[in-house]
Amino acid sequence: MIPCDVVYYRPGTLMEAYEAYRLLQIEGKKPLYYAGGSEIITMSRAGSIRPSAIVDIKRIPECMLLSANDEGLHIGSACTLNQIKESRLFPLLGSSCGRIADHTNQCRITLGGNLCGTIIYRETSLPLLLSDARVSLFGSQGMRTVPFQSVFHGRMRLKPSEVVVQIHVPGWALKAPFFHVKHTTNEKIDYPLVSAAALWKDGNMRIAFSGLCSYPFRSSKIEAVLNDWSMPVSARVDKAAELLPEEPYSDVEGSGEYRLFVLKNMLHALLEDYTNGKI
Amino acid sequence: MVRYEGKTVITLNVNGQPHEVMVRPADLLLDVLREQLGLTGAKPGCKNGDCGACTVIIDGWPAKSCLVLAVEAEGHVILTVEGLEGKAPIQKSFVKDNAFQCGYCTSGFLMVCHALQMQHPDMPEEHVIEEWLQSNICRCTSYQEIRRAVHGMYNNKGL
Repeated sequence: MIPCDVVYYRPGTLMEAYEAYRLLQIEGKKPLYYAGGSEIITMSRAGSIRPSAIVDIKRIPECMLLSANDEGLHIGSACTLNQIKESRLFPLLGSSCGRIADHTNQCRITLGGNLCGTIIYRETSLPLLLSDARVSLFGSQGMRTVPFQSVFHGRMRLKPSEVVVQIHVPGWALKAPFFHVKHTTNEKIDYPLVSAAALWKDGNMRIAFSGLCSYPFRSSKIEAVLNDWSMPVSARVDKAAELLPEEPYSDVEGSGEYRLFVLKNMLHALLEDYTNGKI
Repeated sequence: MVRYEGKTVITLNVNGQPHEVMVRPADLLLDVLREQLGLTGAKPGCKNGDCGACTVIIDGWPAKSCLVLAVEAEGHVILTVEGLEGKAPIQKSFVKDNAFQCGYCTSGFLMVCHALQMQHPDMPEEHVIEEWLQSNICRCTSYQEIRRAVHGMYNNKGL
């Protein structure tokens, strides 16, 4: 068991979920929206969090949707990483999902949970930052759909009681050339030293990183340098490494200096592969 | 809307049978299986989702039962190692290939391998097998034998 008493809600509609969450907050409770639950259970067990109520969104049809049409791909927030990967509908996102935790946990961890959790890496955000994705949120004003980049700044910035319902990825991104790599210190299944995702649109590379700094990010300055073909590869790589939005992250997995070393090697390989037509 | 607070009786579908259990919302599926249903095949290891000793199959996919609340398992089809009844091809293959030493991780590995066969009736590519097996840890390091047993499950159907 997890060492705290929680009240469990299983709504069947978005309005039920939102109302339950809102009323719990008014009552002074500490509710959490709950999907895969991996992080909530492990952190509760460790005593890092003590939710007093959880609102399980897995039986809400909108949150379970996974379909593609002429407009693109629509992914419910309660879809698991494994469902997204197995669908093969967005290969870059599938590749990111396939490197988070292990396979069995990928069958539980959800897209919404990875984006909204407290673990800093949030690697599923990288393909969404690159692909002009939009996100549907349900809150006090009903449903609103906004650019993903407008509500994701290192982490999701939601309004009180708001819940992530769906992610929408435009059709062009599903077929665009891409690159994804995740470097870890030792084991394949681990948090990233540097995780990078790149997507090409109209010949220009877009690139986003996780593990490199204390939050995932996409940088237009780094993209401008890496797309400047007037400079040699090594110069572009060195220049890009100077443009991080903050000091490189340093922890037991690797120092900031080592992360920069890994980044430069990775960017070298990426640009060489692209130059040689391997991407 | 379903709402559970305090002790509640729910019905879990385990190994093809409905079982009434009394749970709190904070109770883990692993603990309920072991302590209320006496299904001790799912083992508590790390209880942190890392080791895989507690793996069961929910709706055809492997799940670490230490990371599932009993209340959220309501309405789903749960299969534990006891539900294999010693007849699954992977069980016979494990015996044939000596794919265990102390045996503590075995039930978790069996469930992952059985789920692999449910989802991939024909032998998948090697990287798929490796990916599925990486979800579990064997501290006796029987990994080569376990992988051989998976191949045996497909090649010999466990016979």
